[in-house]
Amino acid sequence: MIRVKAPGLFTTLQDLGRYGAQEQGMPVAGAMDTLGLRIANALCGNAQNTAALELSYMGPTLVAEAESVQFGLAGNMAVEWLPADGGSPKKLGSWRSVTLKRGEALRIGVLGEAYTYVAVAGGFDLPPLLGSLSTYTRAGLGGFEGRQLRENDALPLKSVTPGSDQELAADAASLYGEGPVRVTLGPQAYRFSEAGTQAFLSGEYTVSKEADRMGLRLEGPVIEHLRGADIASEGIVTGAIQVPGNGQPILLLADHQTTGGYTKIATIISADLPRVGRLKPGAKLRFQAVSVAEAESIRRAQEAALKSLLGGMRLARPEGGLDLDALYTANLISGMVDAATGADA
Amino acid sequence: MSNTENQAVGDQATVVFQTMGDTAFSVEFATKVDRAANARVMALHRALAKSALPGVIEAIPSFGALVIQYDPLSTSRAELQQAVEAMLPQLKPEAAAGRLWSIPCCYDAEFAPDLAEVAERRGLKPADVVQGHSQGRYFIYMLGFMPGLAYMGGLSETLHLPRRSAPRLKVPQGSVAIAEAMTTIYPWESPGGWHLIGRTPVRLFEQHRPEPILFAAGDEVTFRAVSRAEFDKIAAEVAAGRFNHGSLKVMS
Repeated sequence: MIRVKAPGLFTTLQDLGRYGAQEQGMPVAGAMDTLGLRIANALCGNAQNTAALELSYMGPTLVAEAESVQFGLAGNMAVEWLPADGGSPKKLGSWRSVTLKRGEALRIGVLGEAYTYVAVAGGFDLPPLLGSLSTYTRAGLGGFEGRQLRENDALPLKSVTPGSDQELAADAASLYGEGPVRVTLGPQAYRFSEAGTQAFLSGEYTVSKEADRMGLRLEGPVIEHLRGADIASEGIVTGAIQVPGNGQPILLLADHQTTGGYTKIATIISADLPRVGRLKPGAKLRFQAVSVAEAESIRRAQEAALKSLLGGMRLARPEGGLDLDALYTANLISGMVDAATGADA
Repeated sequence: MSNTENQAVGDQATVVFQTMGDTAFSVEFATKVDRAANARVMALHRALAKSALPGVIEAIPSFGALVIQYDPLSTSRAELQQAVEAMLPQLKPEAAAGRLWSIPCCYDAEFAPDLAEVAERRGLKPADVVQGHSQGRYFIYMLGFMPGLAYMGGLSETLHLPRRSAPRLKVPQGSVAIAEAMTTIYPWESPGGWHLIGRTPVRLFEQHRPEPILFAAGDEVTFRAVSRAEFDKIAAEVAAGRFNHGSLKVMS
């Protein structure tokens, strides 16, 4: 069992999503950064779709209440190991697994991205809803009691014998890609003027403060419609870029509704969704159109790179080593800078 | 693949495939609410489910389109679209297999804050609104907005009204509502802009049921006007977990 000593800002259980009931209005939910989830799981020997804790902005403090609990950490974040006797905390790097004994705790502070992941070897011993443990908080469904974690929650674990602690041998950053966010135009690209499409593809957009698991509202050049923003409601896919009447795009992410009645100018390609899911308010982004065939090949290359990254995991070095300390400091500083930008946006 | 808008009513020649990234596309039979086009949407949905094509994750039917989601690592757009195109000439829109539900609804003023206004704006008596609504047989075009919420067409023309200009922030769970040519039931307490004319004590969503969500696209729904006493009796059974929601299915 894990005891939640401090819940963090918005910590929920998420797996790769709840598929199969969208036609009945059930949102997919699931991890905002699926690469992060998959890496966290791999680091502690889990199958990739195992539900893990998704952290947001500020992490939780988790106490091991079992003989030993192995955690897999993915995403840039400030991690400390707290000894059971109340002794002084020790800094840990992320992108690794770490095994805690009874009474020891993991304290996670500021995150470098909007979302990071803490998996537990064996996974959580909770009943899935429609095949998934993803939390959809808007309807209070799934995960742990359908809600974000609270102080003193006790999370039951499946019993496993964890392997030795692992770490990534290479930086995960290159997996996420950089540069413009790639999209395919459509499904309603024909409902926008040429100038509108041009504005969308050439302008710089900023993630506004209205950013959560449902989506990111952007601010930037107005995208002009040809005749109104309404359509007969239709199914929506994660990554759809919806443009309501004010011409400001909304990126629809994990908790988006299954259907919607606004025009959608483009869709983010699947390989770029994890990167977009990590964006914080204040982040700047541009868009670039690609073909479906290009998107498919970019995704295959990303999967190959992930496989190679996970294939190159190695035994974790001892905690608090010099290299890790340097890495930790760099991540923490960049995280703080981003957080400050977000607060000012 | 054309990007021109079509106003088709289900003619195979005018089906349009719209791109939704590398994990989905929509098969568009019409861009507006159209019963014939919807029948083709549902027929393709059935054919797709039966075919079990590799890589297909699931499909979302709506008024005029079927959105097909797939795993781009197990199939490709080109391959999947070709398989779907081959299905189109064989669709059987007439072979709908939806269920028929009879849903208890109490139209008492306490549950129907908009009933008087609807009646007044349509030049009717409140009792006429109740009669008009409870005599209808409604067709579920699609579900969306939240888990279990059904868009049901077939509302009597005498009751058509645009949505409320100011949506409510809190619509009570189970509220029965109308707007434009449709009626719906709010499965959860939520914001909502439709006119509230009654309430049902039954639950459209219960986590513990083998099929948590009651309705599916293609089902039909009728409303049975019940007294406040019967509403309370059913509500108590529902709260105690003793109500069999399967009993709402009408044998036909």
